[in-house]
Amino acid sequence: MDPVITSVLVPTLCVGGCGLASAVALGIADKFLSVPEDPRVQAVLAALPGANCGGCGFAGCADYASAIVLHGAEASLCAPAGSAGAAAIAQVMGQAPGAAAERKVALVLCCGDETEAVRRAHYNGITDCAAAHATAGGDKACAYGCLGYGSCARVCPVNAVRVEKGIAAIDKEACIACGKCVKVCPRKLVKLVPASAQIHVLCSSKDKGPAVKKVCGTGCIGCHMCAKKAGDAIVMDGSLAVVDYAKELKDTEIIAKCPGHCIRKA
Amino acid sequence: MEYVILFVSAILVNNFVLSRFLGICPFLGVSKRMSTALGMSGAVMFVMTIAAAVTWLIQTFLLVPLGLDGFLQTLSFILVIASLVQLIDIVMKRFAPPLHAALGIYLPLITTNCAVLGAAVINMKSGHGFFKSVLFAFAAAIGFALALLIFAGLRERIERADPPRCFKGVAISLITAGLLSLAFMGFSGLVK
Repeated sequence: MDPVITSVLVPTLCVGGCGLASAVALGIADKFLSVPEDPRVQAVLAALPGANCGGCGFAGCADYASAIVLHGAEASLCAPAGSAGAAAIAQVMGQAPGAAAERKVALVLCCGDETEAVRRAHYNGITDCAAAHATAGGDKACAYGCLGYGSCARVCPVNAVRVEKGIAAIDKEACIACGKCVKVCPRKLVKLVPASAQIHVLCSSKDKGPAVKKVCGTGCIGCHMCAKKAGDAIVMDGSLAVVDYAKELKDTEIIAKCPGHCIRKA
Repeated sequence: MEYVILFVSAILVNNFVLSRFLGICPFLGVSKRMSTALGMSGAVMFVMTIAAAVTWLIQTFLLVPLGLDGFLQTLSFILVIASLVQLIDIVMKRFAPPLHAALGIYLPLITTNCAVLGAAVINMKSGHGFFKSVLFAFAAAIGFALALLIFAGLRERIERADPPRCFKGVAISLITAGLLSLAFMGFSGLVK
């Protein structure tokens, strides 16, 4: 045979043959060895947002989808998908859509910014709230207040947290309530609250009134005023007023009346 | 002794990542966390060793007899390694689900990894026999894993440190990689 033709034909056949053999092997393997996957897993996965934020407690959307289908996990755990997503998943799973879970947002229960709260030391260690908290209880004079080193901002998958004037603030619109900031805060200041709630007590200090006043201009001094006015929507936890979000709280009068200036709209 | 030297040389002296600069993409890409680095290392060790065996067979029984090893080596090796990884993926999913759960997501990432291909090509260039090829590839993979795990450990700590702002993130990681590579230069001359 013509050497030119051979020198083209042999490599072509060689690589083509390799490719064909691999393709056949893969085809056979796929046919006989493939693990049958529930088609609903793909359908549920399509209904999830695919952000892999891990807010549901599973290792990403794919893991959550298979947990729903194979292990009967709750369909309403995905905060970014919201109630529409939960309904879509319920439809795939052939269930009646459950009561739409109310949208929640994360809220930092501290309003002692740098103009109000006293810092008792100058901290120049690692820029991390847990590290600052571990260093002699933090540089903030208030043992309950936001340290403002932005650990919550760094874990937020949607960049909804900003540190402004020395305390963290969460953008209500952007928050997907994944709960990462709740977990990371060393002082347990971040709480998931209903997005519809308007009035909050932005303080977490359990210290008594005089002690609070010494370290912060906007702390709850435990005067019971709001608890008396708002009925059972605000309960006292020792000397700290706590909003019970299960009850309706409409009385905006208490905002102006609060002597600690820590009841605010948010 | 010869095998011991080959083994040590592939791990430390001619470390794939830090001396030969192969497999840099996973070195920088999956070294942010120790757990992912461990998974990736396991997958690379697995694939590299098997790929070395298969490519040796292809080279010896197909390419050399046909006189094609000069210019078809890279092409056919990529083809074979890529299909091999897919095949391993399918087989693993069926017969070893726990192993698949641990390594599964890293397997597609290394189908055409330059370290895997590099090990195969270096084997052929040095004229290693079958056993030596497999041993070399395994040692090279251990070297890759060593570099990746050291780097992941460093990066986890750098994450907590406070470098100048302009160096934050990838910049300080690249500098660290360079320093690590310099450190491995210390091994040169240990084995000829």
